[in-house]
Amino acid sequence: MTIKTALMGAVASLALAPMAMADGHEGERGRDGDLRIIYWQAVSIMNPYLSGGTKDLEAASLVIEPLGRYDPQGNLVPYLAAEIPTVANGGVSEDLTSITWTLQEGLLWSDGTPVTSRDVQFSWEYCTAEGGGCAQAAKFEGVTSVDIVDDLTVTVNFGAPTPNPYGPFMGAQSPIIQAAQFAECLGPRAPECTDANFGPIGTGPFVVTEFRTNDVVSFEANENYRDPNRPAFATATLKGGGDALAAGRAVLQTGEFDYAWNLQLAPEVISDMSEGGVGTPISAFGSLVERIEINLTNPSSDLEEGIRSTAEAPHPFLTDPAVREAMSIAIDRELLVEIGYGQAGRATCNLVPAPAIYASDNTACLTQDIDRANALLDEAGYADTDGDGVRETADGQPLSILYQTSTNAVRQDFQALIKEFWAEIGIETELRNIDASVFFGGDPGSPDTFQRFYADVEMYANNFDGTDPQAYLGAYLCDKAPRPDSQWQGENINRFCDPAYDAMWAELAQTGDLNERGRIGAALNDMLTADSNVIIPLVDRGRVSAHANTLGGVVLNTWDSELWNAADWYRAAE
Amino acid sequence: MTDPMTNMPAMSPPRAVPIEKARSQWRDIWAQFRTHKGAVWGLGFLIFITLFVAIGPLIWDVDATKTDIRNKNMRPFYTLLWDSEARFTWVKPLGSDNLGRDVLANLMQGGRTSMAVGWTAMILAVVVGTLIGVLAGFFKRIDGALMRFTDLVLSLPLLPLLLVMMLLFRDTLRATFGPETGIFILIVVAIGLTSWMQTARIVRGDVLALKEREFVLAARSIGTPSRRMISRHILPNVLSPIMVSATLGLANAIITESALSFLGLGFPSDFPTWGKTLFDSIQYMEEYPERVIWPGLCISFTVLAVNYIGDGLRDALDPRIRGQ
Amino acid sequence: MLTYSIRRLILAIPTLLFIALIIFLLLLLAPGDPLANMPLTIPPEVREKMREALGLGEAWYIRFGLFLWQFFIVEPQYMIDAMFGTDLADGAQRIISFQSRSPVFDTIGERMPQTLWVVGMSYVVGVLIALPIGIISAYKQYSIFDQLGTLISMIGFSVPTFFTGVVLILVFSVNLGWFPSIYDTQLRVTDWDSFVAQMRQMAMPVFVLALFNASQISRYMRASMLDNLGQDYVRTARAKGMTEKVVVLKHVLRNSMIPVITVIALGVPQVFGGAIITEQVFKVNGLGQLLITAIQGNDIPMVMTLTFMFAILIVLFNLIADILYGVLDPRIRYD
Repeated sequence: MTIKTALMGAVASLALAPMAMADGHEGERGRDGDLRIIYWQAVSIMNPYLSGGTKDLEAASLVIEPLGRYDPQGNLVPYLAAEIPTVANGGVSEDLTSITWTLQEGLLWSDGTPVTSRDVQFSWEYCTAEGGGCAQAAKFEGVTSVDIVDDLTVTVNFGAPTPNPYGPFMGAQSPIIQAAQFAECLGPRAPECTDANFGPIGTGPFVVTEFRTNDVVSFEANENYRDPNRPAFATATLKGGGDALAAGRAVLQTGEFDYAWNLQLAPEVISDMSEGGVGTPISAFGSLVERIEINLTNPSSDLEEGIRSTAEAPHPFLTDPAVREAMSIAIDRELLVEIGYGQAGRATCNLVPAPAIYASDNTACLTQDIDRANALLDEAGYADTDGDGVRETADGQPLSILYQTSTNAVRQDFQALIKEFWAEIGIETELRNIDASVFFGGDPGSPDTFQRFYADVEMYANNFDGTDPQAYLGAYLCDKAPRPDSQWQGENINRFCDPAYDAMWAELAQTGDLNERGRIGAALNDMLTADSNVIIPLVDRGRVSAHANTLGGVVLNTWDSELWNAADWYRAAE
Repeated sequence: MTDPMTNMPAMSPPRAVPIEKARSQWRDIWAQFRTHKGAVWGLGFLIFITLFVAIGPLIWDVDATKTDIRNKNMRPFYTLLWDSEARFTWVKPLGSDNLGRDVLANLMQGGRTSMAVGWTAMILAVVVGTLIGVLAGFFKRIDGALMRFTDLVLSLPLLPLLLVMMLLFRDTLRATFGPETGIFILIVVAIGLTSWMQTARIVRGDVLALKEREFVLAARSIGTPSRRMISRHILPNVLSPIMVSATLGLANAIITESALSFLGLGFPSDFPTWGKTLFDSIQYMEEYPERVIWPGLCISFTVLAVNYIGDGLRDALDPRIRGQ
Repeated sequence: MLTYSIRRLILAIPTLLFIALIIFLLLLLAPGDPLANMPLTIPPEVREKMREALGLGEAWYIRFGLFLWQFFIVEPQYMIDAMFGTDLADGAQRIISFQSRSPVFDTIGERMPQTLWVVGMSYVVGVLIALPIGIISAYKQYSIFDQLGTLISMIGFSVPTFFTGVVLILVFSVNLGWFPSIYDTQLRVTDWDSFVAQMRQMAMPVFVLALFNASQISRYMRASMLDNLGQDYVRTARAKGMTEKVVVLKHVLRNSMIPVITVIALGVPQVFGGAIITEQVFKVNGLGQLLITAIQGNDIPMVMTLTFMFAILIVLFNLIADILYGVLDPRIRYD
């Protein structure tokens, strides 16, 4: 089976998902034996509040659940809550400063005690306790208090009008933990509760029976799960370690495992492996975009520390929009997709490719146009005066740039291709790749972090949690630029600064109407991409995972945990 | 090995007697070396592979890093023997990779780097290891200090060490020698300085035993100075473990380089090496086995050749065997 | 020899403390961040808070002192408590991993079984086949056996395990289906069936590693035997009418063991260092995988503990090697 048919299958099962749950595969809990899942990044801890790692979040999502989740289309669906509060149903106050959640009735923790609004309140206390270093603190930003209304009802109060009140308790990042179990683990004492961190008591379909750090987690079905017929599996094993190739092989070729997470492999490798007919690759798109970020400041090592790569030293030629536009249209994005991601990637000109309401309709960059790129550079006065194939600026500086990224086979292939595209328009490129643990680490002492940006351009991928891009777009405000005095911390790594952008973002933060938010969001996106090319988006990256043909009910979800509906998974006949 | 033999007589003909002696000794060694079939084969292969990587790129004038998407995933010419349907073009005799980069050019270009890294790092490691081993074994006073230093270097975790070296020296070296030479020096030094310890400990162990042998005691009793003792009596007798270390060290350096590139600490991605090509091609192994077989064979055969040369040299330099 | 051993053991303490300091400073200087693996969606302010919670805000000498205190005082107390049910530790803070927020020694304990089974076994197998191969190759130099041994060991050493491992998986797991490609660390050997399962899952990683170890050791064994076989004392022994067996296995072997002992002693600590690449290929998840994930995740307490334990073993086994030199060759004296 090729990826294409697999994808069509995925699309079909997506459309049929709500119905599929209802037909045919019902039966008593635990009827289908053992579920075997492989994550090539091993799970370190089962507490999402102490680790932001995707693998840890997703493993925990089998055990602990939030009030509501995002479905594969990005819609909000209630989990522990009876319904999703909105302004229309009165759950969100008119002035957008509070949201009131009501729990389903009769919910039990896996130890048999009832779930109450105190547990919800406690989850907030746990994450905001001083000295705990909660990884999800941003979810609770702006929350002033969480008040218990009655046993099943809580109100979350915000200090200011919050157009998107679905930060706390929504999605895999902020699940509800049991107050009784974590009562002694607040703040600095959080790491002392090893047993709780490895085996949280939850409401999800599974309960941890054995946890081996960075190796394997064993689960059994939760006796007190709210649906008496789920989960279909009596036990589950989540093995970690190895690499994506081995994980793919275990599901697609040898059939030792039922589900493999995040197969970052060359498209031809996945399609070859899936020819065995043992398993099926599936893919879905979210908001992850592989992009090239352009440094608007001068990273030259001739400058002294403290000025290098700061706003005090503007870049000699990358500050010119013509150069950036030429660099963008010189790239053949379709080719990059074909080489690196196949069916799991789409060429894009947007920083925010989804949800549809925020996605701008830029398509100008999709066609590679070397001639126009050359014409742009000629007009802007960059000519190759000394005949070495590299253009120079008016004062004789060659257009040669250092292009860095993290170490990763696909990224290195992209570097090789883009280097050649840019060579065709007279820009010389030196490549550098840096170990991901250094590149994405925030060590202020290291010159190689992506924030410090001691290079002219760099490539990586980023996305946003949930479906609201407000905080994501807020990264490009003037004051978010990494600087020596901020210990090089900050998200505005291009050092982009446009007062008009800041003003428009402030407007977004005040706007409650969803359509209006979509319009402003798309406009902000355009200011960064199509209008200025400060960010050169390359590929809208989907997620590729694989499941055995004998595993039914899988619906890949990129807006929440991949294992979001593991309760509905079942053993299918071949 | 061949240079002193051929050049010496031509350069200084008048002093006949000592030269006669030296000449016959080198000739003996060469004669003995030639009787070792493996060594001759090894030498032949080593010359071939060196020419292949040194002169090859001048003849097969293709840029190893040039992508060519239309001709990607080509098979080598010999696949036509059993599969006439195979995608093949004479532009890429050994096929091309997933970006259409030429495999043959890649092997040549990659071989240059791998051989250079392998030899330099190995020589560095063997020289440092032998020096420390001999000094520690021979002079009791510094034995303790040198061996504790060896323990220290053995205990250092390699990856953080490399990260620190990169951090401290990369920019300086890049500024002084340019990006490629700079990173080359860094990698060679890093590999060399983290792989001498085994040689040092082995040499020391042998020297400790040799020091108590009769011939050394005899030499000492007639007042031979330490330097002469080491060069005349100790070193020739620890030659064979050093040869083994050198052979294993060469393989080790080539492979370590590939692991470093994989971890983002090695050469930039547009700088092929045998090890890196092998590593990158693992995932395509089922469909395109040639991409792993060729670099794999190059590494193995080079190491094998050096091993045989080492064996042959050891025999040739050993007067007991040569006399027989 | 006894006084020498005692002196060396006492000297080992300052050596180890010095090594610990150097490793600690190295890790401190190394660029990298425990939060590098976290998604970029976590904003910088939150990251700063998380770093503080990990104790990274403290001065380096306080962190180093705390590590030594925990390593030498607190952890042994916990160990005694666990064995005898005492309560010496009294809830003192243990060495906590940054990644899992759990005591590092618990994790190390979990990893020991598979590391000993796979890496330890492959080392024993490697040594056991390397010695006879080395001896026979040297005794029958340039025989077919020797040539074959040379070929196999050179290929075994020069082809990286990330390649041989994947080839084995493709042949024996994917095509033939004989062995599992993924190691099950939860398997407990209780009966014959589980023993067979354990042997099956060990077969491939042990083979790959044993080949690699045997290649190296057999080369040293052969070279050293060859050196000694040509010595005068061998001729003397033969002239005295000793049997070949006694000459080769008693006199020559004993005198040839010094470099081999050195190599073997250097290899034993590496068993406990795990085999990073092979463990990764076969998903053994032993100490090697633990170390590499800790290094990649900048989990300083874990890396520090593992490398320091490694250092202790290196110092110890090099001491054992030095003592064995004296046993093998009584002329070697240290006093």
